[in-house]
Amino acid sequence: MSGGTPTPAALNVAIIGAGPAAFYAAEALFRDGPPTTHVDMFDRLPTPFGLVRHGVAPDHQKIKNVTKSFSQVAADPRFRFFGNVEFGRDLSLDDIRAHYHQVLFATGAQTDRRMNIPGEDLRGSHPATAFVAWYNGHPDFQDCQFDLSQERVAVVGVGNVAVDVARILCLSREEMEQTDMPRHVIEALSQSRVREVHLLGRRGPAQAAFTNPELKELGNLADADLVIRPEEAALDELSRAEVEASGDRMLQRKVDMIAEFAARPPEGKERQLFLRFFVSPVELIGGVSGTVTALKLVRTRLVASESGTLSAEPTGEFETIETGLVFRSVGYRGVPLPGVPFHERWGVILNESGRILDEASNEPLPGMYTSGWIKRGPSGVIGTNKPDSVETVAAMLEDAVSGRTFAPVESARDAYPATLESRGLRCVTFDDWCRIDAVEQAQGAREGRPRAKLTSVAEMLACLDAPAASSSQVASAAG
Amino acid sequence: MKLESILAAKGPQVITTGAGTSISDAIALLAHHNIGAVIVVDPAGAPSGILSERDIIRHLAASDAPAGATVGDWMTSPVTVATPADDVDAVLQTMTARRFRHVPVVERGRLLGMVTIGDLVKAERDDFQGAIESLESQLLDA
Ligand SMILES: Cc1cc2nc3c(=O)[nH]c(=O)nc-3n(C[C@H](O)[C@H](O)[C@H](O)COP(=O)(O)OP(=O)(O)OC[C@H]3O[C@@H](n4cnc5c(N)ncnc54)[C@H](O)[C@@H]3O)c2cc1C
Ligand SMILES: NC(=O)c1ccc[n+]([C@@H]2O[C@H](COP(=O)([O-])OP(=O)(O)OC[C@H]3O[C@@H](n4cnc5c(N)ncnc54)[C@H](OP(=O)(O)O)[C@@H]3O)[C@@H](O)[C@H]2O)c1
Repeated sequence: MSGGTPTPAALNVAIIGAGPAAFYAAEALFRDGPPTTHVDMFDRLPTPFGLVRHGVAPDHQKIKNVTKSFSQVAADPRFRFFGNVEFGRDLSLDDIRAHYHQVLFATGAQTDRRMNIPGEDLRGSHPATAFVAWYNGHPDFQDCQFDLSQERVAVVGVGNVAVDVARILCLSREEMEQTDMPRHVIEALSQSRVREVHLLGRRGPAQAAFTNPELKELGNLADADLVIRPEEAALDELSRAEVEASGDRMLQRKVDMIAEFAARPPEGKERQLFLRFFVSPVELIGGVSGTVTALKLVRTRLVASESGTLSAEPTGEFETIETGLVFRSVGYRGVPLPGVPFHERWGVILNESGRILDEASNEPLPGMYTSGWIKRGPSGVIGTNKPDSVETVAAMLEDAVSGRTFAPVESARDAYPATLESRGLRCVTFDDWCRIDAVEQAQGAREGRPRAKLTSVAEMLACLDAPAASSSQVASAAG
Repeated sequence: MKLESILAAKGPQVITTGAGTSISDAIALLAHHNIGAVIVVDPAGAPSGILSERDIIRHLAASDAPAGATVGDWMTSPVTVATPADDVDAVLQTMTARRFRHVPVVERGRLLGMVTIGDLVKAERDDFQGAIESLESQLLDA
């Protein structure tokens, strides 16, 4: 514990990450903190908004409207954005300790969860995280190669991310032209030879993780028929009892919708989207070249655990899907940050209700906090991060009042951005981002779509350093 | 949503005791940590029972003397356990139907933590609030 007296003199907070959890936290700090609260938000990318930009599906533009309220937070004069600054590479915990009273880590879940089955790393087997980042123009993933000359694709998992991946693979050219996907992605996807997409759930319809609007959308795709086997859509005894006992109308609607889709005859559309249940991958089979050629599945049945959860038990009956392209969409996972305690089992920063804990004593570390997916794991929609961040901010303000903070030796207002610039970093401010945003939207308007994303950091920085008049040329050169 | 997303933000500490602990020490433990139940573990660390406020009240109401009684005498055993991959919805349903409020979470025999009905209700509420928040921001800003 250090003797800083942050309130009411000043409360300088560093937030690492600029996704939803970060913005909801900044909003709560400005609302509930002392008027002297200042927030500096750092992101390793030049662009803010995390998965709203690089996760949320490109054909779901309305969901991205939430960035307008994040931009209002950013307009507060007490807020500064430092994009293109990575914690652990460009900025250390010592830097933060020397300049801020508190730090909040909201770095999200940067990698994928493993299935731990043989063949998982064969060529042609990709985590959905990479495919999603690619089609959404994340600068780190633009060199990824996906073999879209395959006619059959398997997507493991039936969460909303798996549904996004399956749907993107089935979009028509017209539908793609209404998205903000990078031009090269639209070109690659429209040349795709994919005709069959197999979406694989290891449990039954009543346990599917996707939500109803997303399911409904799968049933109404312009270019793909949704095909569900009636015998897999039918609820087993245990599931029927579970749905009934839950009294959950949305769950009832979900299983009804699945049954309705299963009963519907296909219309002979260009592609087929098979939604499967009760199949669990056991092995990816490789050919001579080390490329996946098939996915081996075991059929499952549901058994009730002691606490009432229905989980998948292998039946011993197998089937094989011949495919050269597999997307594993079984969840995201957080990565450790240098100097920040990490809980390996959960893949999150070690914390209790947002207070980061010391690994040895399990006691809170003064000044250190977390929120969002890196706090609670990779689940929940954008809005779920709001109550999560509000909880963490309440702890921060409580601790600030009792003086349990870092004891900065120099104010961040004075030291930054000069310190970062002296390290040769080109920080991107929120105003800079607004210019990138304008360039992307202008290019989008020319193409008749909401935005055309810039996909490399160099491109983004070039458009900032170019004279305003030529920024549109930069964008078209990028397109 | 699975139990692991609740455990992730609960910290790694679980309060446990042994069956041989005296009831008065166990009550002191509950009071000290401000908790409603303590997991009873065997020497290998696996949960063998649970001692909750309810167990204590039930025995006191039956005029059982706390003096000389041990946790093993008053605990509920065996205790229903869950795994981190269990669904929050299903566990909540089971707890409501069978009227218990604390569930130890184990994996391959190892105790990883405990969730209370309060934790589960809070998680469901936050999930629900999150969905509403997201819908609102789509409607308001459209
Ligand atoms: C594919 C996909 C689609 C989704 N679609 C929807 C949807 O349609 N609707 C919905 O409501 N929810 C959706 N979600 C969920 C939603 O995106 C998440 O709930 C939310 O983004 C999590 O917020 P976060 O702030 O914790 O993490 P993130 O959004 O991941 O933000 C983390 C930020 O931290 C930055 N960062 C990471 N490491 C560092 C570092 N070392 N230094 C500096 N910065 C760093 C990252 O660049 C990133 O900007 C989707 C999720 C995924 C994966
Ligand atoms: N449109 C939207 O609102 C939207 C879009 C995208 C994402 N999101 C949100 O973002 C969060 C993350 O989504 P997500 O899809 O990554 O995660 P998720 O919802 O947790 O789904 C993961 C899926 O993978 C399955 N799975 C896990 N391990 C497996 C294994 N070893 N073998 C086979 N299947 C396995 C799960 O099945 P089990 O249930 O059997 O474990 C589940 O179907 C969710 O909260 C989601 O709602 C929302």
